[in-house]
Amino acid sequence: MKLLVCIKQVPDLESRFKPDAAGVWYNETDLAFRMNEYDEYAVEQAVQLREKLGEGTELTVLSIGPDRVVEAIKKSLAMGCDNAAHIQDQAASAKDPWQIASIIAAYAKDKAFDIIFTGMQSQDRGSAQVGVTIAEQLGFACTTTIVGFDYVDGTITAKRELEGGIKGVVKLKTPALVTCQLGLNVPRYPTLPNIMKAKKKEIVAIPVADLLTEESLTTTASFHPPAKKGGGIVLEGDVADLVEKVIAILKDKTTVLR
Amino acid sequence: MKTLLIGEYREGKLLDSTYELLGFAGQMSAETSMLLVGSETQLPTYSGTLYLAEAATCGEYNPGLHKKLILEAVQKESPDLIVFLHSSYGWDLAPRVAAALKAAQISEVIAITDGGFEVGCCNAKMRRTVKPATAQAVLTIQAGAFPVLQSGGTPNIQKLTAAGDCTLEFVGYEPAEKKDIDLAKAEVIVSAGRGIGKKDNVPAIQALAKALGGELGASRPVVDAGWVEHSHQVGTTGQTVSPKLYVACGISGAIQHLAGMKKSDFIIAINKDKDAPIGEIADVLVVADVMQFVPALTAKVLR
Repeated sequence: MKLLVCIKQVPDLESRFKPDAAGVWYNETDLAFRMNEYDEYAVEQAVQLREKLGEGTELTVLSIGPDRVVEAIKKSLAMGCDNAAHIQDQAASAKDPWQIASIIAAYAKDKAFDIIFTGMQSQDRGSAQVGVTIAEQLGFACTTTIVGFDYVDGTITAKRELEGGIKGVVKLKTPALVTCQLGLNVPRYPTLPNIMKAKKKEIVAIPVADLLTEESLTTTASFHPPAKKGGGIVLEGDVADLVEKVIAILKDKTTVLR
Repeated sequence: MKTLLIGEYREGKLLDSTYELLGFAGQMSAETSMLLVGSETQLPTYSGTLYLAEAATCGEYNPGLHKKLILEAVQKESPDLIVFLHSSYGWDLAPRVAAALKAAQISEVIAITDGGFEVGCCNAKMRRTVKPATAQAVLTIQAGAFPVLQSGGTPNIQKLTAAGDCTLEFVGYEPAEKKDIDLAKAEVIVSAGRGIGKKDNVPAIQALAKALGGELGASRPVVDAGWVEHSHQVGTTGQTVSPKLYVACGISGAIQHLAGMKKSDFIIAINKDKDAPIGEIADVLVVADVMQFVPALTAKVLR
């Protein structure tokens, strides 16, 4: 069996975001990058399947972006992926989901993957398009937002998370792609021996120009903070003062302290 | 401007969110037609053309087949926009339709702007204005971003039939986990988010809830991490609440959480990040370390 997991590196979402020079995405200066949270679940699920299937199964991790993404790739290798493809692209953030999916589909099309795992969406762009679009381009069966996964003899049984806590149970035949939701599993922390072992694993570098044939289907006109709606009070300062202020507000605006 | 709106139907019922699509089309001043894989016994109050396929034969979740049905309606209507809700149904199906048409897709639209669409990004902290570069475009709209619009009337039904294309098999639904507490009835909810740091800090949040005579709530990451049981989860995949007072402790304010609590009468958020999106809907944002502030507030309330 051949498995592929696609990951993205995103900034720490607690950061303050400022527009870049073109005003269409964030300025990367001062941002700390890490693996997209949804993708950690995708990697974990892929590694669990890799372990279950044992010898003869190969798990590749793929990421698109500048050199910094190698860090996220190394984490995936330390979690248990066998090898990696780094699609080198300094301008990955300027590409729309259609182009990103096309690049991955171009990479995957002659490699006979049986199952592809992706996160349900990225935390920064959040389109939730790339996984499904890869599947459409490759002609794979696909389901999204999974919180349960099982694989037996060419059939995946997945649980989709629906609104209101209901789940939908779906069976699909490989080759297939699934997009992973938070809570699917408990992503492992790489251990020191596995981090050392990962250093010997192969990371194949591929220039994006070798795989990119599609034009962007959308254009971004601007990147900006939300318009402040106003009305809300922001309180800052010493904790004791804050407590006094909040108590006064609770007495004034609510009935809970009466 | 012509729009084809893709309605939603689940467990034998038309979903009310379908009317938000009409709210969107209304704001666009667009002509509409609608497509629904549902039932003739559950028709929307709508006076335009409704392309209808039976869920009994086509399945409620069968994206390959639903894609075919939509493409058939697209052929007949030649819409400029094909509009879905950004839901488990919509985000699953929209990219399949967009890929088949090689049309631009813009996800989770929250507003219509001059010549483009506004979408959230960076965990709802920032916004982008995006424009399609293709003549035909596919959109998914954020749940709750556009008003419900029921224009009344009876649809002009055009029946659709398609066969085959079962790349997957839908087995069935699993009901939501049993709720041991009904947060919807609580007058005060104090919720824990990832910002509380660790499971050991949950009792401190619970203590404030108790001091205020309320219940403990939680955001998704806290439930996923196993710190708090799912029955306490507030948000799209948990419970929707509207208490007199909602206190959000260390909750950044992902849209799925906001959707579950934004109708609360009064909202106090405690967060060390002044830019956290929870600040957009909070009446009071306390910029502080949750684990310093909350125990101090509890002590004062109890005094």
